[in-house]
Amino acid sequence: MAENVQLWMSHDVAERIRRHGEETFPYECCGALLGRDSAAVENSAQDGTQPEAGREVLQLFPLVNRRDDSPRNRFAVTADDVRDAEKAASQHGLEVIGWYHSHPDHPARPSDFDREHAWPWYSYVIVSVMAGKPADMTSWRLNDDRQNYSPEGIEIRNSALA
Amino acid sequence: MGRHDMTTITTEKKMAVKVIIPTPLRVYAEKKDSAEVSAQTVGEALGGLTSQFGELRKHLFTDDGKLRSFVNVYLNDEDIRYMAKEATPVKDGDVVSIVPSIAGGNHCSL
Repeated sequence: MAENVQLWMSHDVAERIRRHGEETFPYECCGALLGRDSAAVENSAQDGTQPEAGREVLQLFPLVNRRDDSPRNRFAVTADDVRDAEKAASQHGLEVIGWYHSHPDHPARPSDFDREHAWPWYSYVIVSVMAGKPADMTSWRLNDDRQNYSPEGIEIRNSALA
Repeated sequence: MGRHDMTTITTEKKMAVKVIIPTPLRVYAEKKDSAEVSAQTVGEALGGLTSQFGELRKHLFTDDGKLRSFVNVYLNDEDIRYMAKEATPVKDGDVVSIVPSIAGGNHCSL
């Protein structure tokens, strides 16, 4: 399910994620990715062609990191935050397709802690912020067996699904 | 004392309850956003859901059968943690919602 998938976003959306990570440094930032999953759109075409597996981030829903005890290496989004993000997405005809957070002074790779707390299907975007400057940005999806993540390519492009 | 109080013997009537499935789990539930189950408690409702869609179980429960910490369950609009948790009784027409919470952090290990 999580193989050969792409996450599309505009240059502006990518920059806003990086900027959020820069603003909250040395603490972790977090927020929701609002957009559309391509399968839902392209299944309706039923033209027999293999759909391009991917999804597109069209808006961000920045959130406050609720982990005030260790915000440098942890982030938390409450169920109320999730409901707010879902409400915001639905008002724009979108859905919550994933989450982003920063890794201050750490690589943009998921940790064991990330995996234990991850949900399947969502895209998890991680931006590394080294010495206050945004660096690599990656995206991951939890595998069905919950044991590992699969990387998801981030493609910067103009909106195709909007 | 010493004899059965007939008023305590009740038929175990199951209630018709709707369970709202969160977006990330719909791929394991035939893409449905909700399911109808019969149950007397929230726990039974969740059990009914995972009986219908077995793949959901590992994403909702730990190996020892406890709800995962980032799985939040609401009965109508009330968090069951502030009620009787999974033993919270349900009524006909109640809605049980599964709402994710999200957590993570660095401590890179890969």
